[in-house]
Amino acid sequence: MSAVTRHRLLLLLPLAVFLILGGYFALGLTRDPSKLPSMLIDKPAPSFALPGLSEGEKGLSNADLLGKVQLVNVFASWCAPCRVEHPLLMRLAKEQGVTIHAINYKDKPDAAQAFLAQMGNPYTSIGADKDGRVAIDFGVYGVPETYVIDKQGRVRYRHVGPLMPFDVEETILPMIRELSK
Amino acid sequence: MIPEIGHYALVLALLLAVAQSVMPLVGAARRDVAWMETGRMAAFAQLAAITVSFAALMQAHVVSDFSVLNVVNNSHSLKPMLYKVAGVWGNHEGSLLLWVFMLALFGAAVAGFGRNIPPTLKARVLGVQGLIGVGFLLFILVTSNPFARVYPAPIDGNDLNPLLQDPGLAFHPPFLYLGYVGFSVAFSFAVGALIEGRVDPAWGRWVRPWTLVAWSSLTMGIAMGSWWAYYELGWGGWWFWDPVENASLMPWLAGTALLHSAIVVEKRDALKTWTILLAILTFSLSLLGTFLVRSGVLTSVHAFAVDPQRGVAVLGLLILATGGGLLLFALRAHALKIGGLFSPLSREGALVLNNLLLSVSAAVVLIGTLMPLLLDAFGHKISVGAPYFNFITPFLTIPLVLVMALGPFMPWKRADLSGVLSRMWVVALLTFISVMLALWLAGVKPVMALVGIAMAAWAGFGAVWEVAERVKLFRVPLGESLSRAKGLPLGAWGTAVAHAGMGIAIAGMVGTTFWLAEDVRVMKLGDKASIAGYEVTLDKVEDLAVANYRTEMGSFMIRRDGKLVSTLTAERRWYPVAKMQTTEAAIHTTFYSDLYIVLGEENPGGGGWVVRLYHHPLVPWIWIGSLVMVLGGCLSLSDRRLRVGVPARRTAPVPAALQPAE
Repeated sequence: MSAVTRHRLLLLLPLAVFLILGGYFALGLTRDPSKLPSMLIDKPAPSFALPGLSEGEKGLSNADLLGKVQLVNVFASWCAPCRVEHPLLMRLAKEQGVTIHAINYKDKPDAAQAFLAQMGNPYTSIGADKDGRVAIDFGVYGVPETYVIDKQGRVRYRHVGPLMPFDVEETILPMIRELSK
Repeated sequence: MIPEIGHYALVLALLLAVAQSVMPLVGAARRDVAWMETGRMAAFAQLAAITVSFAALMQAHVVSDFSVLNVVNNSHSLKPMLYKVAGVWGNHEGSLLLWVFMLALFGAAVAGFGRNIPPTLKARVLGVQGLIGVGFLLFILVTSNPFARVYPAPIDGNDLNPLLQDPGLAFHPPFLYLGYVGFSVAFSFAVGALIEGRVDPAWGRWVRPWTLVAWSSLTMGIAMGSWWAYYELGWGGWWFWDPVENASLMPWLAGTALLHSAIVVEKRDALKTWTILLAILTFSLSLLGTFLVRSGVLTSVHAFAVDPQRGVAVLGLLILATGGGLLLFALRAHALKIGGLFSPLSREGALVLNNLLLSVSAAVVLIGTLMPLLLDAFGHKISVGAPYFNFITPFLTIPLVLVMALGPFMPWKRADLSGVLSRMWVVALLTFISVMLALWLAGVKPVMALVGIAMAAWAGFGAVWEVAERVKLFRVPLGESLSRAKGLPLGAWGTAVAHAGMGIAIAGMVGTTFWLAEDVRVMKLGDKASIAGYEVTLDKVEDLAVANYRTEMGSFMIRRDGKLVSTLTAERRWYPVAKMQTTEAAIHTTFYSDLYIVLGEENPGGGGWVVRLYHHPLVPWIWIGSLVMVLGGCLSLSDRRLRVGVPARRTAPVPAALQPAE
C-alpha cells in the first residue's frame, strides 16, 4: 500500500468511527432506558444474599422480599440523581409507610453511611453490592433504579432513573395499593 | 395573535435559511458575486425573523398567556418575573428557539464582520451556517412548535421545575448555548476551507476569534451550572460526572484543543488537517450534547423533559452535520498542504501534546458517558459512574498542567529543555513553598491533595512568571518593565490570565475535594454547633408562604472567636404546583472557604431539626478561577491582531491556485 493510499485511508478513519457510533445511538434510541422492560418482570427476584454496610449489620437477601409489597431501590453515594430522589424516598417511607430495601451499588461503605447520615435513611435494610454482581442479576442499567416487589417476592415493576413526584403518585403508590389487596 | 406572528416568523426564518444556504454556496462555486452577496442579506433577514419569533414567545411567557401550551407547561402566574423570562428557555421548545436565535446571531455576525475574509470562503461559511439553521428550524417546526395553542385555555400553568427557578440557572443555558452554537462557526469555517481546498495562516486567524467567543461563553456556562449545583442541590457537590454535565465538558475539552491548534495554524502554518478535524469534532460534540440532553437515551438528573421521537430528529441532524463534515474531510483533507516542520521540543510540540491530552480527555469522557449505552446494545449491563472518572482524571490532568505552564516558555520551532527549565526555577520554588504551606496547614494526608496543590501552584505561578519574564521584571528598571508590559500583545496577556485562572480553579477543586469537613446533627432552637472554627447557633425556624412556594426558613447566627460574623438563612421549599421540594443552603463565604449549612427534616423523635454543616476550603476559587479564565478569553479576543475587520498582515504568500475538485 502506498503512503498516499495509507494517508487517504487514515482520513477516512474519523468518518468510520463516527458511523459506528451513530449506529449505536440509533440502536440506543430504540431502547428507551426508562421503559426497558426488566427480564424479571413477573418472575421471582433473583436469589442473593448481600452483607450489610458494616460488620455485623444485617444485610439484604431475597428472603427479605417475601410477605408484603415492598420496594427495592438501587443507589450509590456517588450518584447525583440518587440525591435528588432521596427526599422522595424519605417521604415514601415516613408518610406512606412503604417498606424500602436498598442495594448499595459499587460504593464504599463509609461513603454510603455518610450519604445516609446526611440525607436520612429511608431503608429497612441495606445490602452492600460492592462488585455489582447482584445488580447485574437484577439487570440494573444505571443508578438509581427502583423495583416494586409483590407479596410472593416477584418483581412487578421497574423504574429506571430518579423517581419524580408524579412517578410515585401515578405509578408506584397505586401499584402498591393494588398489589397489597 | 402575537404567538401566530412568532410562528409565522419562524417559518419565514426557515425559508430565509434555505436561501442563505443555497445562494452563497452556488454563488461561490460559480464565482457569482451577486449570489454570494445574497447570502449575507439572507443571514441578516434570518436573524430579524428569529428575533421576532423569540420576542413573541417571550411576550407569551411574560404576560402568562395560558392559551399557549408551552406557557401552560412551564409557567405559573405566581412565578417571579425573572423566571417567567428565564422560563422561555427553561424547556425543550424554548431552548431550541434560543439555539437557532444564537445560530442566526452568529451567522449575521459572520456576515457583518470579517470584511477581510475572501468572498468565496465567506459565502461558503455563511452557506454552511444556513444549512445548520435549516436543519434546526425544520426540527422545531415539525416536532417542537413552541407556539402551539391549547383550547380551552387553563386558568393557570403547571409551573417550571422548581430546581430551575434560580438566578444562577436562569442565565446558565444562554451562555452554554452561546458556546455550543459558537463552535458552529468554527465548523462552518472548516467545511468552507475543505470545499475551497485551502487552509493558510490567515484561516487560523479568522477562525480564532469565533472559537474564543464560543470557548469563553462555554466556560462561563459550565461554571454557572456547576455553581448552581453547588448551592442548589444541597450538599455542596460541584461536579457529578452526570451525562449532561459531561455533554458540556466534551465540547469544552475539544474546543480548548481547537483554540490551541488554531494558533499553530496561524503562527506556523502547521497542524492544518488536525485543526480542521478538531473544528468538525468540537461542533459535533456540541450537537451530541444537545442529542444526549434532548433524547433521554441516558438517564440523568438534568433530563427534565425527554422524548425519544425528538431524539431521532436530533440524531438525524447530528448524523447529517457530523457525517457530512467528516465525509468531506475524508474526501478533501488530502488536498491541504503539509506546513512548517518543527522539533518535538518546541512550542508547537508542547501544543501538540496539549492537543493530544485534551483530545484523549474528551474521548475518555465520551466513552465514560456512553459506555452504558454502548454495552447495552451488546446486551451487557454496566454502569460507569464517578469512580471511573475520578480514577482516570489525575492521569490526564497532571501531565496537561505540567505542559500548560511549560509551553508558553518555549520558543517556536526548537527549544532546549534545560534552558526553559532554568527560566522556570522561580516557578518551581514558589510551587515548593505552596506545597510546604499546604503541608503545614493541612498535614501530609491525603497525599493527592499535596499533588493537586503543586499542580495548581505550578499552573498559576507559571502563568504569572511567564509574563514577568517577558517584561524582564527585576532585571531591568521597573519603569521599563511597565512599558514592556504595555507593549505586550493582549493575546499574550490573555494566555497568561487564562492559564492562571486554570491554576486558581484547580486549587479550588483540590481544596474542597480533599479537605472538606462535615457534620450532621439534630439542632433545637438555641443549640450550638462548631465546625472549622465557626460557632453556629440555630436562632429560629419560620414557616412562610412566598410567591409560588412555601418555605421553612431556619436562621443561623455564625460566630467566630465569639464575634458575630453573619446571620444566615437556610430554607426547605415546597412547590405545591410542581409537587417538589428543594433546599436552599445557607452559605457564608470568606473567598478562602465556604461555610455551608443545610436545614434538613424536622426530627420526628424529640423535636429539633436535622442540620448538616460543611466547611469547603478554597471552593470559591473554582468559580473565581473560571471567571479569570473567561477574562483571559476576552483579553485574547480584544487583541487587535485578531480583531475582525482589521486588515490582516500576510505572513506568507498564499498560493493562488485552487486544488482541483474530485
